[in-house]
Amino acid sequence: MTTRIWAVLQQREGKLHRMGWEAIAAAQRLADELGGSAEAVLLGSEIGDLAREAAGHDLAAVRTADHPLLAGYTPGGYVATLAAAIGAERPDFVLFPHTYQSVEYVPRLAQAIGAALVPEAIGFERGEAGLVWRRPILTGKMQARVRTRGAGPVLVSLQSGAFSADSRRPGSAGVAPLPVELGAADLGREVLGVEQAGGDQVDLSKAEVIVAVGRGVGGADKLAPVQELAALLKAEIGASRPVIDAGWLPRDRQIGSSGQTVSPKLYLALGISGAIQHLVGMKGSTVVVAVNKDAGAPIFKVAHYGIVGDLHEVVPALTAAVRESRAAG
Amino acid sequence: MKIAVCIKQVPDTEARLRVAPDGRWIDEADVPFVINESDEYALEEGLKLAETTGGEVIAISLGPERVREALRKALALGASRAVLLANTAFRGGDALADGRALAAAIAREGCDLVLTGSQSDDQGFGATGTVVAGHLGWPHAWLVMGVEVEEGGASLQVTREMESGTNEIFRMALPAVLEIQAGINHPRYASLKGIMAAKKKEIAEPSPADLGLQESEVGAAAARLEVLSVGFPESAAAAQILEGDAVSAAKKLVGLLQGEARVI
Repeated sequence: MTTRIWAVLQQREGKLHRMGWEAIAAAQRLADELGGSAEAVLLGSEIGDLAREAAGHDLAAVRTADHPLLAGYTPGGYVATLAAAIGAERPDFVLFPHTYQSVEYVPRLAQAIGAALVPEAIGFERGEAGLVWRRPILTGKMQARVRTRGAGPVLVSLQSGAFSADSRRPGSAGVAPLPVELGAADLGREVLGVEQAGGDQVDLSKAEVIVAVGRGVGGADKLAPVQELAALLKAEIGASRPVIDAGWLPRDRQIGSSGQTVSPKLYLALGISGAIQHLVGMKGSTVVVAVNKDAGAPIFKVAHYGIVGDLHEVVPALTAAVRESRAAG
Repeated sequence: MKIAVCIKQVPDTEARLRVAPDGRWIDEADVPFVINESDEYALEEGLKLAETTGGEVIAISLGPERVREALRKALALGASRAVLLANTAFRGGDALADGRALAAAIAREGCDLVLTGSQSDDQGFGATGTVVAGHLGWPHAWLVMGVEVEEGGASLQVTREMESGTNEIFRMALPAVLEIQAGINHPRYASLKGIMAAKKKEIAEPSPADLGLQESEVGAAAARLEVLSVGFPESAAAAQILEGDAVSAAKKLVGLLQGEARVI
């Protein structure tokens, strides 16, 4: 029997999430590897146009769950719809983009249908141990190789950027509906509205130079030398999430998946270890400099230049070096 | 309101990590363990809600005996009792197995609300609280940044973080499971009085049978995910590391940023 692989796309307000393309690329690759077929699945209301957009790929089909109660995302609505669809169609693998939406409902889907769950996969390989997935552990400092056990479908969420959207194969697929039976009681929540988190008074997306601090800065009272360097470089100050959560800087300075996305010419990461949630917000920077005590910090893998050392010594030295070179120049 | 808060003990994020001899996990010798970051916020949110609604917090954890220390801290902060799933049958589970065990422990307590952190700093599944909700058949929300009990006490207004700096606000019925995001509140410190009081508080240690579960339903026996090996990621396209003391490295860096990179 041929292996069936589904890629569940994500959409909001008439737009497909770009990570859906990565899920399609991953599904095609897994289908190639296992000798199976890939399909895309889309949930929503009046999503015919989006389904046709998704159909421009080398897929066996695009399956749509189109229902008024799926107009907005709810975990209850998505779990009920996909549990029924997977029960009826029996795909072997169901791939999801690892987003704030899917992380909320996919584990519950796995529990509901007795599926295995591989959260935040960054790759797979086939070898003696069978199909092995890689995923980050210990906040990205290490990785684990894992495999699933037992019968039934395997649900996998894919970390942003783990599979390149550019590697997906275009083609032409048919669109076919999935039956949906939903009642308002299935949704699990009554959505009241959306608000800006903390108000975006500061727009970091246009900054040419950003000096960003992480947990390693150690406290709000230790920010003065960093602010001095930032002023000298005409830079905006940014921060990773732990700094914001600790209250050392206001929330509108947060860079990363739950904050702002930036792409300056120069990004100076001070005491930032480089968790994926932060990296997705700054990986578009032209030149990245990392200063960190831990030589193994993941930030050094995305940085162009690095200094392994205590930022409290390096930052004043950088300020002095910039002043010195300007005086000389 | 009777509130269960699930906490996990994890390696301190600053800890130096080494691979264990069997290659399947880190060597835990000499590693300092702490309460998982988002779980600390969940505990604080639970204590606040218990205070305003006149209820109590029961701290629940799954893990080896060392986890007692984390539960003692929760008791010192104000939890009234604790439950520790330390029986060896509970070990080696994935989010699905651990969620089943925790849900059974919670069901036995008869709670109105369950709070957990949103993600652990070790396995990082971000899934266990959601699985707990599935087993209990209660609505849940992940990445919760605000909780208000609505008038009448039968429902909650919940603020949830979404991508790119927006929050979604919705109403949920109780009982419910909320997975709390770090930063929702300011966790308190334990008082000396609290630390003294914690010594007298109960930490129950039920077995799977006490929870009405077979040993085959929990831990490694029930896990659908098996860790084959762990390791450090290969370094690809690593940074050019500037050697020397802070002053000489800084000078080299400024030279490169002006000359080679031309960004300052």
